[in-house]
Parts: sequence; C-alpha cells; structure tokens
Amino acid sequence: MELNVDIEKKLGDMTLRCRFNTGEGRFALLGASGCGKTTTLRLIAGIMTPDRGRITLGDRVLFDSKKKINIPARKRNIGYLFQDHALFPNMTAYQNIMCRAKDRDYAESLIEKFDLQGVKDRYPSKLSGGESQRTAIARMLSTKPEMILLDEPFCSLDNYLKTVAEREIAEVLDEFEGPAMLVSHDRNEVYRFADTIGVMEAGSVTAVLSKKEFFDLPGSAYSARLTGCKNISALQTEGGTVRACDWGITLGTAESLSLSGDMRYAGYRAHFFDFVSAEDAAADDDAHIIECETVRVTEDAFSMIVLFRSKGNTSSSRDSMMTWITGTEKWHEIKDEVTSGRFFLRWKKDKLMFFDR
Amino acid sequence: MDMTPLWISLQVAVPAAAITFIAGLVAAWAVSYCGKAKHVADSIFTIPLVLPPTVVGFLLLIVFGTNSTIGGALLKVGIRLIFTKTGAVIAASVVSFPVMYRGARGALDQVDRNLVYAARSLGMNEFTILLRILIPCAWPGIAASAILSFARALGEFGATIMVAGNIPGKTQTMSIAVYTAMQSGNREKAYTWVIITVLFSLMILIAMNILTDRGARRLRRGT
Repeated sequence: MELNVDIEKKLGDMTLRCRFNTGEGRFALLGASGCGKTTTLRLIAGIMTPDRGRITLGDRVLFDSKKKINIPARKRNIGYLFQDHALFPNMTAYQNIMCRAKDRDYAESLIEKFDLQGVKDRYPSKLSGGESQRTAIARMLSTKPEMILLDEPFCSLDNYLKTVAEREIAEVLDEFEGPAMLVSHDRNEVYRFADTIGVMEAGSVTAVLSKKEFFDLPGSAYSARLTGCKNISALQTEGGTVRACDWGITLGTAESLSLSGDMRYAGYRAHFFDFVSAEDAAADDDAHIIECETVRVTEDAFSMIVLFRSKGNTSSSRDSMMTWITGTEKWHEIKDEVTSGRFFLRWKKDKLMFFDR
Repeated sequence: MDMTPLWISLQVAVPAAAITFIAGLVAAWAVSYCGKAKHVADSIFTIPLVLPPTVVGFLLLIVFGTNSTIGGALLKVGIRLIFTKTGAVIAASVVSFPVMYRGARGALDQVDRNLVYAARSLGMNEFTILLRILIPCAWPGIAASAILSFARALGEFGATIMVAGNIPGKTQTMSIAVYTAMQSGNREKAYTWVIITVLFSLMILIAMNILTDRGARRLRRGT
C-alpha cells in the first residue's frame, strides 16, 4: 500500500507544498527543524486540514479538495505516534492501551510483547521515557491501523535510551505490515529506519530518493548537509579553472573534474581527507594537497574533530571553516603536527560531490 | 428562628447550579472545540457577568413575562415563572452561567491539544473525547468553576428579586431576607442572615480549595 500526497497549506508566511509518494515500505521525511515536517504528518493524519490537494492511501481517498472529501481523523485509521507520546494522564498504561483496542486479545498480547506487564497499572506520569513510548506504540497498534506515522520518536530521549527505543521501534515495525512514515532531523535515524527518503526544505519536499541514492548522491547542497556532509563550498569558474571560493582552494579544470552542466556547490565529507606529513607534502607537488591552519581540535568519543582553514583563504564565510574527522587510533602519531597549527591534508577527486543548487 | 430563607436559597441554588454546570460545560466545549464564530459566541455567553443583575432581571421579565410569546406558551402548559421559585431558579442560572462557562473554558483550553489529537487518531468521536479525556483532565478547574457558580447562584439578588419578587416563605432567599430585614429596621435579623451567609460562603470556598488542590495533585502525580 502506498501513500500519495499532493497538498498545499498556508502556514503564516510559509506555504507548505508537499508532493510525494511513499512507495512500499518505510518512508522518512528528513528536514531541519521548523521546515514543516510535523505539519505534514498532521495533515496526513487528519488533525489539520490542507487548503487544497489530495491524499490517498492505497485506493482510499482521505482528502480531496476538488471532490470535497475530507475523512475525519477518527475514520482514517492511521496510527500516530506523538513526539510527547500524548498518553491520557487520567488513565493507567493498561487503560490507555485498552481504551480503543479493536481486539482485546491482541492488545493484551502487545502488553506482553512490549514488556509492559509490570507497569500496566501505573499512570503515565509514573512511567519512564521508554515505558511511556512503548505504551504509546501499543496503544497505537491496538487499533490495528492501516498505516503508522512517527513524529520524531527519538528526539526527546537521551543517547542510551535512543538506542534502546530505536531497537524497539525496529521490532515493532517488523511486526507491522503496513506502510510506516517517520519524520526526523537526524540523518542516522533516517538511515537506519527508511527505505525511501524525502528531503524537506522550507515547506516543500524537494526530492524523494532511495536510501542509497540519497547518501551517495544528495541532489542539492541542502540535502548534502542533511546527510551530514560537513564541508560545502560555493563554486566559481574562471577561465576554465574551478575554484571553491568558501574553502579558498582551486579544485582543477572543469574537464579534469568531469563537471557537466552549471554546478554551483561542491561538497566533501569530513572523514574522506587523508593526513600527509610535512615531508611528504614538500616532496610531492600534488595539487590535491591542502595546507591547513588548525582552528580547533575537539575530542569526540571515538574520533577527533579538527576544524581548519586552508592557508591564505581570505573568505570569512561560515563555510570557510572546514572539518576533518579522523579516528583516534593513529592520533598520537599526527597529534603534534596538527596541534602545532600547520598541517597537510590530501583530498580525493572521486569523493568530491557537485550540486547545481 | 425561621430558617425558611436558607431552604429557599438552597432550593434555588442547587437546581440552578446543576443547570449551569451542564449548560456552561457544553457551551465552553462548543466554543473552544467546535466554535467558528468564537468571539461572538463567547461575548454572548459572558454578558450576564458584566450586566447589572437588575438589567438581566428586566430582560428575563420581558422574555418570560406573561405577555410575551415564550411566557404565554409556558403558561399554557402550566409553568409560571414570574413570582415563583422556578423563576428564581432561571434568574440564578442565567446570572451564574458565565462563571461556570468561563471557568470551564479556561480549564478545557489548558488540556494538552495533543491528547485530543491522539484521541481522534485512535478513532474516538468528539463526545467520547469530552467525556473520557477532556472532563477528567480538566476536572480540577471544572469543579472549581462549578462551586463558584453555585456560590454565585446562592448569593443572587438583583435578577431574582425582579423576576421572582420577595414573597416570604416562597421566593424570599437569604440575600433577599437581609435586604428586607434592613429595610424594615430589623437589625438583629439582618445580622443573623449576614452571619449565616458569610459562614456558608466561607465553607464553600474552603471546600473548593481542598477539592481542586487534591484533584490537581492527583492528575500531576497520577495516583
């Protein structure tokens, strides 16, 4: 079953324009906060009404402004997992799950399956984050929805709980056969969850791609940032030479980069740089070596994050600061050179990404 | 000591509070959840609160008086409102209605909207949502408004005396008894009714505070 959405809704000074087809399986909408992801879910669930357009689920029309069809939320049979879980505070976990259960035996089995037996008589205010989320999922599934919508299910949880919750939701989804849709601003979450990804940008879905396409070939600089690409620069072509003006680096000629069309941005992922020692760099006149000035070194759990600028870069834009991420294993060998303030990195031509917008 | 005014006050205030409770709650729900002409409806429901009670009484006399269409029709089926206890109940209901309406609206508006959305997506209809989600979640506020509106109905004077008059043993409530005693120079009697009224009102307010506090704590702690 597929969800087909083609709707418009005015929200203050932004107009939400959504057009996508979730395809079979799991669909994720990825976008920065405030770009209209949650609103989109609400429009699909029937909590809000689009100004115009059409929404269909399988062969069921949920909304059609031309034919004046607007199935109310309670008849859409779409499960919705709220960010804050929205458990009814006046009911125990058990009552929450049972209050709309279509099949009581099935609902009881969900309580068993989600390990809620021990806490089912508690009120929501006494449940932990994970228990509360499992209760909300069980309540959602107890109505046997045709489709489920997940609104940033992990964003309120801490890192450890997030891992647990993700695993749990993954199990739930294996149990659930219909289509599922998630909205999130977290690329890792989306990567693990979805088969198909829609990119949302200021109220519009700008691209719908399979997971693999999305991470290998993001269609725009914005998508690239969403996929976690840290280094993005505007391009400038002068007399056949292509320059990344934010980075202050000459990349080469249009032919040598096999550039086609009018490309405006370049992207390079932070872990694709290779460290080159000062001696090797001096011996090698490879054009792919950048002389770097260290700005800041941050130690992460299993990696080092080095912020740097290319030497002689006069640009002061936000993107003039580049990021290199390297593992901690070999860090002690290169540490002195990097922290001294001047070091060399090699970039690889085939890892460069180009975008026309 | 003749306690009739106390009983009459209760006979008027209890049914009035009951009418007000249901009507105020439904009006609050309708305005905050289904309302399109929100501001207009809200103003109409609130106006008895700001009008002088004598004006409300006057308007009620016009609407329900024996010469009016409604009053005439009611008289045909044997219901007389002018100078009767029923009339006093109507007057007290109208005057206390905005207290319940406004309080209930505030309480309903404070219920997290996501709960309503969740209930809808789970397939509950609006009336079930009102009974099972909204009222339980807004209960402390609703109970407080109910008690306040009861207190308002109990103390009603202006509209009641215009509609139901001042008939001892029939429509003379406590507040009217105070007025009558003062007018006839019976200070002792006036004092007695004043003290009874003050004590009664105090009791109501204390009961309300205990109730709402407990209710709010129950919802917060979930016991």
